[in-house]
Amino acid sequence: MGSEIEYGITVQGDPDFDPISSCVLLVNAYQDNEDARILWDYEQENPLADARGFHVEGEKYTPNQQENIARNKTLRNGARFYVDHAHPEYSTPEVTNVRDLIAFERAGERTMEAARRAATALLPSGQTVLIHKNNSDRKGNSYGNHENYLIERRTPFREIVEHMTPFLITRNIFCGSGKVGTENRAQPCDYQISQRADFFETEVALDTMVKRPIINTRDEPHADREKYRRFHVIIGDSNLCEVSTYLRFGVTAIVLGLIEDGAIPKSLSVNDPVKVVKEVSHDLACKRQFAMERGGRMTAVEIQKEFLENALRYFSSRSLDPITKDILVRWERMLAQIAEDPLQLDREVDWVIKHKLIKSYMQRHKVDWHHPQVHMLDLQYHDVRPDKGLYNLLERRGEVDRIVESEEIERAVKTPPSDTRAYFRGECIRRYPDEVFGVNWDSISFNVGDEPIKRILMNEPLKGTRAHVEELLESSPTAQILVRNLTAS
Amino acid sequence: MKIFKHEAEPSSGIWGAAGDQTQKTKQGGGDSDSTTSSDAGGQKKLAKKGEELKEEMDSLIDEIDEVLEENAEEFVKNYVQRGGE
Repeated sequence: MGSEIEYGITVQGDPDFDPISSCVLLVNAYQDNEDARILWDYEQENPLADARGFHVEGEKYTPNQQENIARNKTLRNGARFYVDHAHPEYSTPEVTNVRDLIAFERAGERTMEAARRAATALLPSGQTVLIHKNNSDRKGNSYGNHENYLIERRTPFREIVEHMTPFLITRNIFCGSGKVGTENRAQPCDYQISQRADFFETEVALDTMVKRPIINTRDEPHADREKYRRFHVIIGDSNLCEVSTYLRFGVTAIVLGLIEDGAIPKSLSVNDPVKVVKEVSHDLACKRQFAMERGGRMTAVEIQKEFLENALRYFSSRSLDPITKDILVRWERMLAQIAEDPLQLDREVDWVIKHKLIKSYMQRHKVDWHHPQVHMLDLQYHDVRPDKGLYNLLERRGEVDRIVESEEIERAVKTPPSDTRAYFRGECIRRYPDEVFGVNWDSISFNVGDEPIKRILMNEPLKGTRAHVEELLESSPTAQILVRNLTAS
Repeated sequence: MKIFKHEAEPSSGIWGAAGDQTQKTKQGGGDSDSTTSSDAGGQKKLAKKGEELKEEMDSLIDEIDEVLEENAEEFVKNYVQRGGE
């Protein structure tokens, strides 16, 4: 699994702020591996393939070489830090479990902060680059948090659509990031559970930028197409609190596993999911009932509980790894707490943490939801600066629960995960910075001497691990020898 | 390219301050700290706890007042992003 996060960017004190040039400055100011000037290998990409079995007409984006290097950085930890349209984006390396996911996603926050400081140092005095891990400017513009899950190709896509739709539109009760007000012509409210719900307008589609769908059909596995799909979830909020990220990825992976093994006997489809996703977001008490296709009405908590019961039944006859077990225990407890009173989850769920913070502030300063300082709190909660970001302030004060240790995050900034192909990618960049020519998720190419560029394909995400390639790397002092060793075997 | 030449970034020591408060998760249906207890000791304890919570919240809001961006109205108004993804 892995996450791709677009961050908000602005330059304080710059009346002529241009987001694209600021992103380019940000990405290039970051020091990861000084010698490396690596291309992103667009030849390996195919974002126009649709999971429903067709190809969409359109132009593939391929920048020239100089622009490519200026916009893309592949890091020593196997992550990609780059300019996506008008946002800086950080894609984690591929990981096998949710704990690693959190460590690498938070490594991304630190990378953004280090880049932000380095970029600010290059600007005229009085100008400061600011980065927010949020998904909306509250003026009708949204940017994404995308989750990726590797699943088996044989699972029929229509079953994924059938079960993931009701799951995805109700899960924000335990992982939304909260937002003051509404936008994009949605029904007005003071505060809602999700940053993104206002922007979802269709049930199933390939688009991500307009008419956003609950289920995105991009069929670009970045791996062996015959064996795998990459399920691309675009409806989630960027979380600050580790527990929210933990549940969002952990529970979603569990439900996908149930779908793969046909372990959801009764469909939980709701009528009019596009409307329901917004209604769930506006219902802070989580008591509202929704009409089910099979008849009757259920709340978001009840829908989630039925997914949970399916999971408990499924795992009752199987062995459980400790992380999956922990996720199941927390999911069950949190759903019970939400049914009772969701505002109890004020150490674990972003929308509740932020809600409590704003309510306390409003009480103390006698202001209401429309006050600019309340809107500022809503925004500054997501600021990545350790001293100014309000989530970071709460974390420093010990007022939120955590999952990983700070050392794990620090290590993840510099070191790739050891148990996926990201290990090979990251190690090659660290060991042979001058010879790595281009990278994509499923390939790495080398420029060694006068020979033609050699592209090594990595179609299996679980190969190229430390166990597979450490010896090979150790016995290859140069990239030339590595390429020779690889092509000889 | 000129853009690649610059000073090394300052060290990231500040993250150390963010600490390692990996917390024990709050269990069960919230804090059941003698809310139903009718004895005087329980009441006193509860009042004390309430006071502590209020003090904590006050110190948090004080800290927020220190770091919250000045000119909130201007800042929020100028915060415009392009749609992404």
